Amino acid sequence: MHAADVTSRPTRSLLTNPTLRSIAYQVALCSAVGFLGYEAITNAADNLARARIATGFGFWNTNAGFDISQTLIEYSSHSSTYGRAFWVGLLNTLLVASLGIVFATVLGFVIGIARLSSNWLVAKVAAGYVELIRNLPLLLQLLFWYNAVIKGLPEIRDSLVLPGGGFLNNRGLVLPKPIFEPGSGVVAIAFLAGIIAAVMFRVWAKRRQALTGRQAPLLLVTLALVFGLPIFVAYSIGMPVGFDVPQRGRFNITGGIEVLPEFAALLFGLVLYTAAFIAEVVRAGVQAVPVGQVEAAYALGLRPKIALRQIVLPQAMRVIIPPLTSQYLNLLKNSSLAVAIAYPDLVQVFAGTVLNQTGQAVEVVALTMAVYLTISLAASLAMNIYSRLITSAGDAP
Amino acid sequence: MTTAEGEHAIAEAAFVQRAQVTALPPPLAMRGVWGWLRANLFSSWFNFWLTVCMLALLGWIAYVLTEFLFLDAVWTGSDRNACLASEQHRGIGACWPFVWERLNYFTYGSYPIPQRWRVDVFFAILAIGVVWLLWLDAPRRDIGAFYFFIVLPIASFILLHGAPMLGLTRVDTALWGGVLVTIVVAAVGIVVSLPLGILLALGRRSHMPAVRLFSVIFIEFVRGVPLITVLFMASVMLPLFLSEDWSPDKLLRALIGIALFASAYMAEVVRAGLLAIPRGQDEAATALGLRFWPRMRLVILPQALRVTIPNIVNTTIGLFKDTTLVFIVGIFDLLRTIEVARIDPKWAAPVTSTTGYAVAAMFYFVFCYSMSRYARHMELRLSAGGRGRR
Repeated sequence: MHAADVTSRPTRSLLTNPTLRSIAYQVALCSAVGFLGYEAITNAADNLARARIATGFGFWNTNAGFDISQTLIEYSSHSSTYGRAFWVGLLNTLLVASLGIVFATVLGFVIGIARLSSNWLVAKVAAGYVELIRNLPLLLQLLFWYNAVIKGLPEIRDSLVLPGGGFLNNRGLVLPKPIFEPGSGVVAIAFLAGIIAAVMFRVWAKRRQALTGRQAPLLLVTLALVFGLPIFVAYSIGMPVGFDVPQRGRFNITGGIEVLPEFAALLFGLVLYTAAFIAEVVRAGVQAVPVGQVEAAYALGLRPKIALRQIVLPQAMRVIIPPLTSQYLNLLKNSSLAVAIAYPDLVQVFAGTVLNQTGQAVEVVALTMAVYLTISLAASLAMNIYSRLITSAGDAP
Repeated sequence: MTTAEGEHAIAEAAFVQRAQVTALPPPLAMRGVWGWLRANLFSSWFNFWLTVCMLALLGWIAYVLTEFLFLDAVWTGSDRNACLASEQHRGIGACWPFVWERLNYFTYGSYPIPQRWRVDVFFAILAIGVVWLLWLDAPRRDIGAFYFFIVLPIASFILLHGAPMLGLTRVDTALWGGVLVTIVVAAVGIVVSLPLGILLALGRRSHMPAVRLFSVIFIEFVRGVPLITVLFMASVMLPLFLSEDWSPDKLLRALIGIALFASAYMAEVVRAGLLAIPRGQDEAATALGLRFWPRMRLVILPQALRVTIPNIVNTTIGLFKDTTLVFIVGIFDLLRTIEVARIDPKWAAPVTSTTGYAVAAMFYFVFCYSMSRYARHMELRLSAGGRGRR
């Protein structure tokens, strides 16, 4: 016992020592989680053994034996495996999500800018759209589009004929299908070359405008290069690209590309729903740009459209992009509602049919979650890098 | 020439107004209704055509809606024949007798008819709790919070599920349905997710690495996957993880899934509120000698939760809409009762689906829209410096 120690430092009970306490809390938490995990695993092993359900990914290479209504890669019920079914489902999810993202972005920007329109009526209609869509559950909207709208379309016999030779009926949408004959590769090359030339022309025109102030007919030249060039090439070598226009029979429609009604309803519902959220993101982003920027642009004599495109949107994009990405992720996650209207996406095929057939809930659900989690984490990683770039470049003039 | 002479000369030379002239009103084209129309609707040819198109669109929507909901609607009838198109009645609108007959099913599901008063009482005590919590000038809001988060869940459970000791017969959750289930799922979601979300948000800011790690993993994991997969996990994996004699019923499993999912989102909302509180508050409270929990309870959380009320309400709107997803794991929420009723052979007709969905849309819209108005009202109140008001 050293008396000096006692006077210089008051004794503290070990109970109130912050370091010890925090170590104790963490040990308690870790052991609680560890105990729960251990219990879960042993219980699962017991229950699975009792129900005679296999474990592990052995099912991956066994024959699936069920049909999928939309397959982007080759798949057949009698020769394809569960693993193949997984990829089919994943590709279907990615298809609907990527198309959805493109359309929702376009529609969302239009509506977001319409909400800020100087035209009172346009602004109110856009606001009404956003309020209505955002306050209704997506599932209800999907069921409405699928069960009430698409199922309410006419029968095949009375299909609605679309301009350009498509048909719309209660079994989906049939569109003309492009047919590529030998020689169509040249047209594809011409199309790519047209795009590259158009981009180069734009860069040149911008530089020239910056130097001399002379403008070039950008839109006209771009259209001519991107569409005119391949069409010209196709004509000159004798039309290697044709269209298989669908023909309507009494009971079915032959030829063309068939778009599943489930796909159409899901895409339509997702686009309308996400566009309302993107519109709000865009509106907030545009409103974050100081009013002085627009006033200065007008004072320089820029017209509203050009001021919006050249001054406001580039600055707003910084604010818009992070929440826009999370809306894209929401769209991807919401595409899993496909299961309610039986569109064969990842969840419907894998966590639905495959799970029911194999009974291997743990593996199937874990793998499904892992897919979404990977995409989400990759996107948020990209966003972190992006916002670091923005903040480091943000203060520079 | 003196100045006086000069002034005189100017007065001679020209007429000078001596009194202030009242300003003329702006030209007719710039004021009143006409001026407003010109400025807001017809400022250019482009805007003129835009306005015309919008008017046409609105007119068409209004026409279609009134025709479907009122003009062509069927008001009486006892089965699907009333709502089928016939020679003399071509265009058929909403099938209201279907809704009228199934209204009780939409509200209570298959809850036994003699016991339905218990559901009504539940709705009433829930409404009291919600008003007490949301009305900021209500008396004794601390008791209100205690009532909402502790008394109400226990009372509701006894009331709805039954307690033979108190003379309330047991009602299996498989019989619950309709609005009752939608409200129960949403209420459980909010009652569980708010406290759990606060814990997770504090955990994410903790100095203890293990606590922080678990919180971050949980939050990011749940936010990275769709709700459906969480519900699948709760409904098929949960029974596997628990020992056989302790298997939760179907509704409880879905409730666990929804509550965990909502907690992760709530945690992020609360974290944003915590970030808005200046560090000095925490440091001052520490300097006063407050320990961690009193510091959080008395200083940090009251401020953080207050600034984040609009976001909490917005998350609740999302939660309310997400309750429809329990449909997919086989729970009879409002949407599923409508789905079952619309394909029931007694009423199945082309217009029945649309009528059912219209009813569901009105229900969800009324709830979500009023919540979003409340959130906006709170936002205005907070930004107007209402933070100091009690």
